[in-house]
Amino acid sequence: MSFLEVTAQLAKGFITTLQIFGITLIGALPLGLLITFGSMSKIKPIKWIFKVFVWIIRGTPLMLQIILVFYGPGLLGWDLKIDRLPAVIVAFIINYACYFSEIYRGGIESIPKGQYEAGQVLGMTKSQIFFKVVLFQVIKRIVPPMGNEIITLVKDTSLARVISVIELVKSAQDIISQKSLIWPLFYVGAFYLLFSGLLTILLNLAEKKLNYYQG
Amino acid sequence: MAFLEINGIYKNFGKTEVLKGISFGMEKGEVLAIIGSSGSGKTTLLRCLNFLETPDSGNISINGETLFDAAEPPASDKDIRRKRLHFGLVFQSFNLFPQYTVLKNVSLAPELLRIKGQKLSKAEKNRVLKEIDENSRALLNTVGLSEKMFSYPCELSGGQQQRVAIARALALSPDILCFDEPTSALDPELTGEVLRVIRELKTTDRTMIVVTHEMNFARGVADKVIFMADGVIEEYGTPDEVFGNPKSEKTRSFLEKSLENP
Repeated sequence: MSFLEVTAQLAKGFITTLQIFGITLIGALPLGLLITFGSMSKIKPIKWIFKVFVWIIRGTPLMLQIILVFYGPGLLGWDLKIDRLPAVIVAFIINYACYFSEIYRGGIESIPKGQYEAGQVLGMTKSQIFFKVVLFQVIKRIVPPMGNEIITLVKDTSLARVISVIELVKSAQDIISQKSLIWPLFYVGAFYLLFSGLLTILLNLAEKKLNYYQG
Repeated sequence: MAFLEINGIYKNFGKTEVLKGISFGMEKGEVLAIIGSSGSGKTTLLRCLNFLETPDSGNISINGETLFDAAEPPASDKDIRRKRLHFGLVFQSFNLFPQYTVLKNVSLAPELLRIKGQKLSKAEKNRVLKEIDENSRALLNTVGLSEKMFSYPCELSGGQQQRVAIARALALSPDILCFDEPTSALDPELTGEVLRVIRELKTTDRTMIVVTHEMNFARGVADKVIFMADGVIEEYGTPDEVFGNPKSEKTRSFLEKSLENP
């Protein structure tokens, strides 16, 4: 098997990896904000439901959650056929939304009370204060920790192979077992490095852009 | 009936009684200085006027309109937003919006108030925006910061930031402008520029309540002075009366101490 053929096969796996990565971000970024609002709710029962949910999701391995989403409905006797890739993505979105929600919460709580009060005495509504005053400051503060999670997500996508989704690592493993080649496994590392390197550059750019003011 | 009437304001935080029956009145165009040691309730009183705290009892009215009455059911958010615009508040720690330019800090609230939710035609909207922009620039000129219009708050000194905060509070043309220790967070050499702006505002007959530790400023600028101690008004009068001939023992000892450590 030539270098080009290996590259082509790994590229196929990489596309699946990108799918998991991209759809997870699109789903988890807004879902995380909803969970944040829930876990910061003034209504105690709602707050506790969200807190317990976040605790369960963050307290158990993502691998277990993937298995549960895929096999769980069948084990419970539900007639719910869920494909492998969607199952993985659902598990990823829920898992990452919980992590994001805690980062959002930290960001929102780090904004000084004076910012809210300044908005209040200027006659702004609650939503105007959140969207016009607070949100942008929160985004600036959470870019570094969010960058961390996003880079982690790149590599976590390899967990999808636990239910035989052929993402990047799995496609390399297949080459190893079928063609008895060991080097493609290391070649896979280059794909991850390249992609996370690109993301790092983008995140740094975002950070720089937001750095036009201090505070 | 005075322009601003405050009657029997009580406020507790848990078991701590912070305000124990505050009543006073003030006339339009007056400058009222509130002095007193930390913890005497000055700031809480100002926050009650601005609806940042809700008094446990008492009532507040302005120009005959009741703004707050603890005996009535609580007002809706919308009502509170309308009523609090009678007052402007300048904070001790400025609280400018760091992500906006100086000009935007001043124009943001008027834009939200006069454009959002109003059904305006494009031409009307542009006219309102232009009006707000001109007014904001004029206010920045008043506080001497025209040149810093497009700077961000982090690029300004504390004194400049506080002057922007004053312009921002003026942008909604409040009936009464309140200052909560406006110079306490500033280096001594920067307090002068802020006090100068407040003095200039007095020449335009603006009604102001200034909570301050600057005794000379209170004495020189205020028409009336309130000395607060332990949640009550210990002494009220003209600066000459309060500073020159204090009736209460507490006022006397406070003034002595303040003058020892200026």
